[in-house]
Amino acid sequence: MSDDGELDLNSLNDEELVQQVHDDLYDGLKEEVETAVHILLGRGWAPYKVLTEALVEGMRIVGVDFRDGILFVPEVLLAANSMKAGMNILRPLLIATGAPRQGKMVIGTVKGDIHDIGKNLVGMMMEGAGFEVIDLGINNPVEKYLEAMEQHKPDILGMSALLTTTMPYMKVVIDTMKEKGMRDDYVVLVGGAPLNEEFAKAIGADAYCRDAAVAVETAKSFMARKHNQLASN
Amino acid sequence: MTAVDLAPAEEFEFKPGQGKVLLLACGALAREIVDLIERNRWSGFDLQCLPAKWHNTPERIVPALREKIAAARGRYDAIFVLYGDCGTGGLLDAMLEAEGIQRLEGPHCYAFFSGNAAFAAHADEDITAFFLTDYLARHFDKLIWEGLGLDRHPELLADYFGNYTKIVFLAQTRDPDLATRAEAAARRLGLAYEYRFTGYGELERDLTAQAV
Repeated sequence: MSDDGELDLNSLNDEELVQQVHDDLYDGLKEEVETAVHILLGRGWAPYKVLTEALVEGMRIVGVDFRDGILFVPEVLLAANSMKAGMNILRPLLIATGAPRQGKMVIGTVKGDIHDIGKNLVGMMMEGAGFEVIDLGINNPVEKYLEAMEQHKPDILGMSALLTTTMPYMKVVIDTMKEKGMRDDYVVLVGGAPLNEEFAKAIGADAYCRDAAVAVETAKSFMARKHNQLASN
Repeated sequence: MTAVDLAPAEEFEFKPGQGKVLLLACGALAREIVDLIERNRWSGFDLQCLPAKWHNTPERIVPALREKIAAARGRYDAIFVLYGDCGTGGLLDAMLEAEGIQRLEGPHCYAFFSGNAAFAAHADEDITAFFLTDYLARHFDKLIWEGLGLDRHPELLADYFGNYTKIVFLAQTRDPDLATRAEAAARRLGLAYEYRFTGYGELERDLTAQAV
């Protein structure tokens, strides 16, 4: 403990410090997370190791408790903002050190919809899992998705919607991709509060992701399949 | 000369458990539905409501309605559901179709209070609007401010409302107190404020069609 009674993060060994990052993420303590990230880097930890063992694992625990109804949206947002702060420190270092890449994703909220909490969480967790994420923001018409796919050549297209009235627009995007003969070039993942498996299937998406953790696991599984297919060809 | 009775007609008070047409409704519409029943002196309706706060967990709505419908079968001449799609992603409509039961037309209460066509016509200009109804203006603190955790974590305001530009208060009644509350809510969220009187809109139309 420091003189003022607060926990001195420097006094913890690596294992304790990582555990503390998990706790601080859970409690949404942004500054403490930032401090711990700096300490771990100062101790010679690779940025990728800090990202995966401290931040991503911490958010995984948050995600599990959110799914189980122990944590709610405000707590998840605070945790996410803390993780974001930690990632802001790590991002340039990850680029410089050439951390492993899982794949590339273009993600955006569909036309007519300005809701982005879920989409931002997915983007952050995908980035944490090693995906390059191109975030198109909110209110995206089909043209913007097509342009981004053309420009960035992602493996995955992610679409998000919060409204019953805007979620059908996902089908407009997928149908346009079909018309242009490009649908099978991409894995299409969809998510958002009013969506469900049946809807995803009906519009021709590859999968419905009910939360950020599921999105990451689904994306990883599609990437593994893609690599296996390439390997067998 | 014939005497004209100018005394007001006796008040009509809705009494649950008596009508032959069951209205299964979202709790957020209860006050409006009872008001319409009493104003129109509809004696054929019974009313059961589900918690309004389930809009935050819409996956609970369909199973609960299915249960209510099963329990009501045979006890009523007809059942009518007063919900929009309300975040069920089409699952409510699929269930109601299988049950052979109709519901209010429209995706949510903002649309049927405004009139579905009028609401759709405003879609582009209202894309950054956060809507309040009488119910939401009345319960803003509990449902929205506290419900989103902004009482404990006001720093999350931008996460929730950063993409919105205005509060549009869709007023069902001409109640100055509610308008004041809605305007205060807009100030609190740092958003512009717009007032639109809708009345009961298509809620009244669709209920009239069910009245016996």
